[in-house]
Amino acid sequence: MIVALFFYLFAGICVGSAFMVIAARNPVHSVLYLILAFVNAAGLFVMMGAEFLAMILIVVYVGAVAVLFLFVVMMLDVDFAELKQGALQYLPIGMLIGGIFLAELVLVVGAWAIGSGVPQAITSPIPAKIPNTEAIGLVLYTRYVYFFQAAGIILLVAMIGAIVLTLHHRTRVRRQDIAAQVTRTPAASIEIVKVRPGQGWGGNP
Amino acid sequence: MYQAIVFLPLLGAILAGIIALAGARTRFPGKGPVAGAEDTAVDHGPHHGVPEVQGSGVIHSSHHEEEAREPAAAGSRTAELITTTLLMICMVLSWIAFVDVGFAHHDARVPVFTWMSAGDLKVDWSLRIDTLTAVMLVVVNTISAFVHLYSIGYMREDPYRPRFFGYLSMFTFAMLMLVTADNLVQLFFGWEGVGLASYLLIGYWYHKPEANAAAIKAFIVNRVGDFGFALGIFAVFMLTGAIDLDTVFAQAPSLTGKTINFFGWQADALTLTCLLLFMGAMGKSAQFLLHTWLPDAMEGPTPVSALIHAATMVTAGVFMVARLSPLFELAPHAQTFVTFIGATTAFFAATIGLVQNDIKRIVAYSTCSQLGYMFVAMGVGAYSVGMFHLFTHAFFKALLFLGSGSVITAMHHEQDIQKMGGLKDRIPYTYVVMLIGTLALTGFPLTAGYFSKDAIIEAAFVGKNPMALYAFICTVAAAMLTSFYSWRLIFKTFHGEPHDRRHWREAHESPMVMLIPLGFLAAGSVLAGLPFKEIFAGHGVEGFFRESLTFAKTNHVLEDIHHVPLYVAILPTAMMLIGFFVAWHFYLRRPDIPVELARQHDWLYRFLLNKWYFDELYDLIFVKPTIRLGRLLWKGGDGWLIDGFGPDGISARVLDVTRNVVRLQTGYLYHYAFAMLIGAAAFITWFMFATGTH
Amino acid sequence: MIIGLGHYLTVAAILFTLGIFGIFLNRKNVIIILMSIELILLAVNINLVAFSTHLGDIVGQIYALLVLTVAAAEAAIGLAILVVFYRSRGSIAVEDINLMKG
Repeated sequence: MIVALFFYLFAGICVGSAFMVIAARNPVHSVLYLILAFVNAAGLFVMMGAEFLAMILIVVYVGAVAVLFLFVVMMLDVDFAELKQGALQYLPIGMLIGGIFLAELVLVVGAWAIGSGVPQAITSPIPAKIPNTEAIGLVLYTRYVYFFQAAGIILLVAMIGAIVLTLHHRTRVRRQDIAAQVTRTPAASIEIVKVRPGQGWGGNP
Repeated sequence: MYQAIVFLPLLGAILAGIIALAGARTRFPGKGPVAGAEDTAVDHGPHHGVPEVQGSGVIHSSHHEEEAREPAAAGSRTAELITTTLLMICMVLSWIAFVDVGFAHHDARVPVFTWMSAGDLKVDWSLRIDTLTAVMLVVVNTISAFVHLYSIGYMREDPYRPRFFGYLSMFTFAMLMLVTADNLVQLFFGWEGVGLASYLLIGYWYHKPEANAAAIKAFIVNRVGDFGFALGIFAVFMLTGAIDLDTVFAQAPSLTGKTINFFGWQADALTLTCLLLFMGAMGKSAQFLLHTWLPDAMEGPTPVSALIHAATMVTAGVFMVARLSPLFELAPHAQTFVTFIGATTAFFAATIGLVQNDIKRIVAYSTCSQLGYMFVAMGVGAYSVGMFHLFTHAFFKALLFLGSGSVITAMHHEQDIQKMGGLKDRIPYTYVVMLIGTLALTGFPLTAGYFSKDAIIEAAFVGKNPMALYAFICTVAAAMLTSFYSWRLIFKTFHGEPHDRRHWREAHESPMVMLIPLGFLAAGSVLAGLPFKEIFAGHGVEGFFRESLTFAKTNHVLEDIHHVPLYVAILPTAMMLIGFFVAWHFYLRRPDIPVELARQHDWLYRFLLNKWYFDELYDLIFVKPTIRLGRLLWKGGDGWLIDGFGPDGISARVLDVTRNVVRLQTGYLYHYAFAMLIGAAAFITWFMFATGTH
Repeated sequence: MIIGLGHYLTVAAILFTLGIFGIFLNRKNVIIILMSIELILLAVNINLVAFSTHLGDIVGQIYALLVLTVAAAEAAIGLAILVVFYRSRGSIAVEDINLMKG
C-alpha cells in the first residue's frame, strides 16, 4: 500500500516534470525540471532495490550533467521563447505519431510474457543478503572489467573532446612566461648607450 | 570487246573522280568550307528553295562563271584527256559492234559475274548484246564522246573540271549498264544510276540555289516514276518468278488473260504491269504529268543538257518500252495509254515552246515534244520507227544544244534570245550548224529528221490503236508548232537587229575543240536518215532487229506505212513549211505582230509562258500538303509526341519529382528526427501486426 | 496493489515518448533537444533496472551504469558543440539551423 503510494508519487512527479521540461518557456526552468525528473527517477530506482544506481544517478546526472546544462544555459544567454506559430501546425500530426508510439509500447507491455528459458539464461544472479553496491562490485570488476575500462576511456575521450572543441585561445591576453623571465640575462634586456652631453642620444627609443 | 565498251567509261569516271578528290584534298586540307568559295554565287534575288522556279520570263544566266577567280583544279587537263580518250575508243568500238551485231548478226551474251543467288532466284550480271542494244550503244557513246570533247572547250574556265568529267563518264557507264541489261534489276540499276548522274550534273554548280532546287526536283519527279517502275518489276517477278529478260519473254504469252488483285480490283496482269513500267518511262522521259523537271534541268551546264536531257537519259524510257516490246505487244490497253501520253506530250510541249525566251528552254521543250513522238510510235506498235527517231533525234538535238552552247559562249553567257539578234555574221559556223539542226528537227526533206518524223506520223495514221487518230492529229499539229518555234529561235538569235550591241560586238566563234563535235553532229543529222531508213522503218526491219523487238501477229504497222495516201505523206512537210512561213512573217517581216498578239491574248500568252501552270498546280496539290504534313509530323509527331513522352518528357518528370523531393530536405534537424520517428513507428506497427507477435 | 514490472515499464514508456516529443515539437532552442535525449536515456535506464530486479539478474544494472556513463559523455560533447556553434552563429534558435536545406 505504502509502496504503491510512493510509486505513484515518484512516477507522477517524474512524468509531470518531464513534460514541463519540454513545455517550459524559461530554459532555466527546463533544466530545473529535468533535475526534478532525475531525482524522482532515483527514487523509483531505490524502490526497485537498486540503490547504488539511484545514488549514482543523483551524483552523475544531477550533480554533473544537469549542472553542466545549467552552466551552458546561463552562459549562452538564451532568451525566453514564445511558442512560435509554426509549431502548432505540427502538433496534431506529432501527437498522432507519438500517441501511436505510446500505444504500441503499452500494448507490448501489456501482452508480454517472459520466455520459458529465461530463468536459466540469467548470467549473474543477484546474490541475496548483500548490499546492492557490493553485488554490483562483485560482477563489475571481474566479469565486466573490460567494459568498465572502456567506459573510462569514453569519459576520457569526451573530456578531451570537450576541451578541444571549446578551447578558445585568446591571442590578445598577455600572460606571464615564467621560464622566459627567469632565464633572461642582462645582455638580452639592457642596452648601454654612451650619450654625449647636450646632443641627445640619437638612437632608437 | 563489249566489256571494254561498258567498263572503260567507268574506269574514266573513277580516274577522274580520284583526280577530283585529290585536288579537293589539297585545296581544302580538312578545315571545312573555304570562305572564298562563296564568291562564285551571284545574287539572283529572292528565290524559294522549293523546287519550282517561276519561269515567267526570267532567264537565269550563269554570269558567275566568268567571275570564278579560283584557279583550275589540279589535274583538270589530265582528267579531261583521259575520259575523252576512253570515250572516243568506246565510240569507235560501238560502231564496230553496230555493224557486227546488226549486219553480221553476231548477237552476244557476255556474263560478267553472278549477282544474286537467293533460293530459287539466280541472277547473273550479264551484258545482253542484240541489235537494239547496238543501236543504243552507238547513240550513247557517240553523243557522249562528242559531248566530252565539246566540254573541254565549254568548261575551260570552270575550276572543277575533274569532277565534271568524272560525272559525265559515270553517267555514260550507268547508261551503258542500262542498255546492256539482261535482267530487269540490272536495268533498274542503270536507271537509278543515270538518275543519280543527272542529279549530280544538274546541280553541278551547287553554289547556285536554283541549280540545287532543279536537281532535287529532277530527282524527286524521277523518283515518282521510278516508284511505278519498281512496282512493275515486282509485278513481273510475281507473275513469272524471274527477272531476267529471256525467261520473262518466254513466259509472257502465257500470261495473257491473267489478273492481279490490285486494291480489290481485278486488273489484267499484263496491262497493269506494262502501265506500271511505263510510269517509270514517263518520269525518266519527261512525259506529260511528270515533265516538270526537264525545263528546270537546264540549270545544268549545256553539255549536260545535250548529253543527258536530249540524247540519252531521256531516251532510256523509250528504250525500255522497246526492250519490253514482247510484254507491251500483249497489252493493247497499255499501248493505248502510251500513245495517248506520247501524243499529248508532243502537242503540249510544243505549245509551251512557242513563247519561251531562254534558248535552252526552247530546245528542252522541243526534246519533250519529240520524246512524245517516240512514244506515239511505240504505242502504235512501230517500235523500230520509234528507235529510228531516237537515233536521229540524238544527233540533231545534241547538235542544237551544243550549238546553243556555242551561242551562249559567244554572247558571254547570255541565254535570253530577246537580247540576241544579228549573230549570223559574227558566228557563221555556229549559224550554219544550227540551221542544219533546225532543218533536221523540223523534218526538211532528206534530212534525218524527215525520215524518222514522217515515219512516225504515218504510223500514227495507220495505227489500229483507239488513240491512233488522236495521236495523228496531235503529231501533225505539233509538227507545225515545232517548225514555228525552231525557226523563231533561229530568226531571233541570228537574224534581225542585235538587241545587245556590246555583247554582239564581242561575239566570236567558239574554239575548235567545240566546233569539231558540232561538225560531226551536223553531218550525222543529215546522214543518219536516208541510209538507215530501210533497216529502221522499211523492209529491212526483220533482218536488222530480229529478236530484239517483238511484233505481234496482228501488227502490220510497218507494212501499212508504205501504203498511206499521198496527202498523209505530204502533210508533215506542208506543216513544216507553214510553220516556217509564219515564223518568217512574224519575226523577220513584221516583228510587231507577235508583240501585238501577245498583248491582245495576254491570258493565253501567260498560260503558255507559265508552262500551263503545272508547277503551280503541283505545288498546290503535292508540295504544299507534303510540306505541311512533314511539318506536322516533325513538330507534332516527333517533337510533341515522341520527344514529349519520351526523352524530354521523362527528363521533365524526373525534374518534377526531384523538385518535390527536395522540399523534404528542409535543413531542420527536428524535421529529420520526425521523419525518423514516423519510420520507426511504421516499422514497429508492421512488425507487430504482420508477423503476428503481440 | 502490487507494483509489478508492467508499471515501471509504463512509466519508462511515457518518459520515452515525452523525450521523443521534445525533439521535434520544440521550436525554441537546441538545449531542449539535448535534454530530451537525456530523458530518453533515463527511460531506458528505468527499463533496464526494472527488468534486472524482476528477473534477478545484476547485468541489467551494470548495463544501466554503462548507459549512464555514455549519456554523460554525450551530454558533455553535445554541449561543447553547442557552445562552439553559438560562438560562430550567435543564435541557437532551432529555426535558424537550416544550412543543410535543399
